[in-house]
Amino acid sequence: MKFAVIVFPGSNCDIDMYHAVKDELGEEVEYVWHDTDNLDEFDGILLPGGFSYGDYLRTGAIARFSKVMKEVIKAAEAGKPVMGVCNGFQILLEAGLLPGAMRRNETLSFICKPVELKVENNESIFTGEYAQGQTITIPVAHGEGNYYCDEATLEQLKANNQIVFTYQQNPNGSLADIAGIINEKGNVLGMMPHPERAVDSLLGSADGLKMFQSIVKAWREAHVVKA
Amino acid sequence: MYKVKVFVTLRESVLDPQGKAVTHSLHSLNYPEVADVRIGKYMELTLEKSERDIDEVINEICSKLLANPVIEDYRYEVEECVAQ
Amino acid sequence: MLLKLEPNPEQIKQEKLYQQMGLSDGEFALVENILGRTPNYTETGLFSVMWSEHCSYKTSKPVLKKFPISGPKVLQGPGEGAGIVDIGDGQAVVFKIESHNHPSAIEPYQGAATGVGGIIRDVFSMGARPIALLNSLRFGELDSSSRVKYLFKEVVAGIAGYGNCIGIPTVGGEIQFEDCYEGNPLVNAMCVGLIDHKDIKKGQAHGAGNTVMYVGAKTGRDGIHGATFASVELTEESDKDRPAVQVGDPFMEKLLLEACLELIQSDALVGIQDMGAAGLTSSSAEMASKAGMGIEMNLDLVPQRETGMTAYEMMLSESQERMLVVVKKGREQEIVELFEKYDLEAVAIGKVTDDKKLRLIHHGEVVADVPVDSLAEDAPVYNMPSMEPAYFAEFQAMENEIPQVENLKETLVKLLSQPTVASKEWVYQQYDYMVRTNTVIAPGSDASVVRIRGTRKALAMTTDCNSRFVYLDPETGGQIAVAEAARNIICSGAEPLAITDNLNFGNPEKPEVFWQIEKAADGISEACRVLETPVIGGNVSLYNETSGTAIYPTPVIGMVGLVEDLDHITTQHFKTSSDLIYLVGETKGEFGGSELQKLLNNGRIFGKAPELNIQIEKNRQQQVLAAIRAGVVQSAHDLSEGGLSVALAECLFENPQLGARVNVAGNLVSALFSETQSRFLLSVKKEHQAEFESLVEAALIGEVNNSGTMSVVSGEQTVLESSVEELKAAWKGAIPCLLKSRD
Repeated sequence: MKFAVIVFPGSNCDIDMYHAVKDELGEEVEYVWHDTDNLDEFDGILLPGGFSYGDYLRTGAIARFSKVMKEVIKAAEAGKPVMGVCNGFQILLEAGLLPGAMRRNETLSFICKPVELKVENNESIFTGEYAQGQTITIPVAHGEGNYYCDEATLEQLKANNQIVFTYQQNPNGSLADIAGIINEKGNVLGMMPHPERAVDSLLGSADGLKMFQSIVKAWREAHVVKA
Repeated sequence: MYKVKVFVTLRESVLDPQGKAVTHSLHSLNYPEVADVRIGKYMELTLEKSERDIDEVINEICSKLLANPVIEDYRYEVEECVAQ
Repeated sequence: MLLKLEPNPEQIKQEKLYQQMGLSDGEFALVENILGRTPNYTETGLFSVMWSEHCSYKTSKPVLKKFPISGPKVLQGPGEGAGIVDIGDGQAVVFKIESHNHPSAIEPYQGAATGVGGIIRDVFSMGARPIALLNSLRFGELDSSSRVKYLFKEVVAGIAGYGNCIGIPTVGGEIQFEDCYEGNPLVNAMCVGLIDHKDIKKGQAHGAGNTVMYVGAKTGRDGIHGATFASVELTEESDKDRPAVQVGDPFMEKLLLEACLELIQSDALVGIQDMGAAGLTSSSAEMASKAGMGIEMNLDLVPQRETGMTAYEMMLSESQERMLVVVKKGREQEIVELFEKYDLEAVAIGKVTDDKKLRLIHHGEVVADVPVDSLAEDAPVYNMPSMEPAYFAEFQAMENEIPQVENLKETLVKLLSQPTVASKEWVYQQYDYMVRTNTVIAPGSDASVVRIRGTRKALAMTTDCNSRFVYLDPETGGQIAVAEAARNIICSGAEPLAITDNLNFGNPEKPEVFWQIEKAADGISEACRVLETPVIGGNVSLYNETSGTAIYPTPVIGMVGLVEDLDHITTQHFKTSSDLIYLVGETKGEFGGSELQKLLNNGRIFGKAPELNIQIEKNRQQQVLAAIRAGVVQSAHDLSEGGLSVALAECLFENPQLGARVNVAGNLVSALFSETQSRFLLSVKKEHQAEFESLVEAALIGEVNNSGTMSVVSGEQTVLESSVEELKAAWKGAIPCLLKSRD
């Protein structure tokens, strides 16, 4: 399986994402610059964290207009797995690939620490390797991770089982303790915690590796069936 | 030329953590009369005249980029001015 | 167009306008002598910034000469953007510390942020990839005023804002709170980078005819005279100087960083230097002077953010995120294209000449023509008068007295709640300390450790300085600062390599202050010689006074060590029940400058600083490192503020279900709270007892258990007992609690 790590000016977790896939997962991966207009050769799209365009207007607001985003939307429509982490999640929200918006953390300050997440839905292509309800430790590092959506959208998210991860102890004030959600179709995921920072127990946790393994496993199954 | 002042604020229904913090701090500075503070962004745009309706252009700019309609509202003021 | 009327040379001289720029009468006369004429306004500006303490070290030079600066592994000592040390396999570590004290006192967020930005540029201008940031901060007491809280919060936010956005992890640091820093906080930022030997670049403008290019952000009027501003005392008026503070753009710097690292690989590049303090002036003059060349620049070509800027303003601007590069003639277009990819401007603004002059042209006229060496090298050097302050003899004459403590447990809880001792989680949680996923030991242990991807190696790093000891006894205190830094590096499983120092002192024109500088430098030099950690670069920040009162002398030591194998990495925290607890080093009743003395005397400190025998220190460090490398040490922690009791409690905070029971002998107050130097607290698996004891001279004092309780026993009697949870709550809650409290 071949992954693209999309690099915007100001992305800074691109290298972490790249190494997680290459060194720990052992799959193919390439950096893809924001002005690329073709993602056909990639089977999975990863939008890393950082401060795209400095996040000076609103997190993710400018990045969503970059050339590559049209291709990301196309890939999402084609059913390819698309995962946005942190700033990547913010970009997916701004681009309308996921519902809702991001506000500043309730504490008004940046927060970086390992947090415990509960796997709310282990049936997604991103979480198949986890047990339902499992607690995993993944770091957060953001200033704007306070997820918001209106009530109707929240009801919909719940009804469709789109809430994938929740915080055990909410660090940022997000609605319904939401840490990560998927789209209705289930192939686009956005999450604030950084699974790519939790792939090596030397650095504290390897709980994030199963996310990447889940994606590969689901992809292989789908492609074996097709074949 | 138009000088356009755009004000972007969080929508009424959305909690404004910055505004809440400032309200709290004003209370502790002994201004109990402050009932609420909402914090937003103020932007100044300079636009050249074009064939398109100025309001149409500004509304488009605001809803596309300057404000996120999911959580933010905007309003604006237009002032016509002469180029220097 | 609006033209600003600048004073003519005659006015500058008659009305002594040069004094406002920071030049003395004697210095101005020297400039006249060098030029053979009276300098014009722009030229006076050039000399005033280049001859400021910040750029010329004119008062600290005689002191800095004392430092050992070479060693078998040193590839680059002081004098370039940052020093470089070999770490084997063709790799090297690059690091430097720098202060941004005065800007941070005026506008703490931007002052701190641009301090971080500046030190990052120093490192990547050497060709290195920055891999970690650290800092060393000093503030007034947190419960003293809302201004102190504001400065503290904003400085932390500024450091976080810049480091997080640019994506370099802020992995460590230290913070001390004392009254003397109330009006003059210290903000020292350190950056560590990694480089392959072949990529090392220098800030030198070789080759007459080569092109001088300007890259990065446009020049505005911000920060004009920042370098001289950093070299004068703060007064109540300083708030009015706000325009002197620059604003940082970490996004721009991220692009500049990536572009410059790509540029390093190009053979068109001749030299590169950051436009830091004194901006375009220092970068051009220093690059030319180091290469024995001259530079001519056309200021009309300098990218400008504001209209109508004068030559003086452009040359003295300290706008951030700019670099000066020299490229081979004819290769300019490649460079322009390289920077375009990152949405950055690269503009040819001048050329290298062989006449050793800095010549500036503006609106078709030569507006400055001065010898580069006189700017960069010929600042007068002052041998300041030095005098031992009266307090020193008084303190030295005092006997070491052991304070009276009624309730040992209550005292421990109070010590753990002192902001200098308490958990700094509130601070480092705002720093992205994990980005780039190499941080093996996060902030909160003795030293932070960052692995080097693709190898078994890692780098340990720390900043240290207990300024209370330096104040009581600058020479011993200077030694202790280096020794403690090395102790922290050792405890993480690394071998100390070298240091960078940031000498923060008061007004050197006061003989008592200059004496502190000299003595501290003696202490640092001696410790560095014995511990074999040369000084590879650093920074001097003088005039740290408010309304005539100096800060404690604060020579901050930034040290980097090499972990030879990832398996050696060790933290301070106890790991498993039934491990044996050892204390390395004997304990004496030393309380001068201790946390306990400060606590019991309303912040006042007095008496002698703890003794330090640097040779004994070295022997113990080597024993501990040998044991760590042999794989027989479970945890290692140095004893510092608060002594054994605080260190023991800290060892338990990561796994609070663990407990410890230790035996102490002799005077209990000394045993628990004395700050005698050269001590370590280690834990060892029982099966390794014999091997450990063969490697390290240490006293077995107790055992880790599963009780969740810390107990100290003397003879048969339990003299201190507390649940770890209670101690941890006090330690963890102290800073957030002080910040929330109303004044």
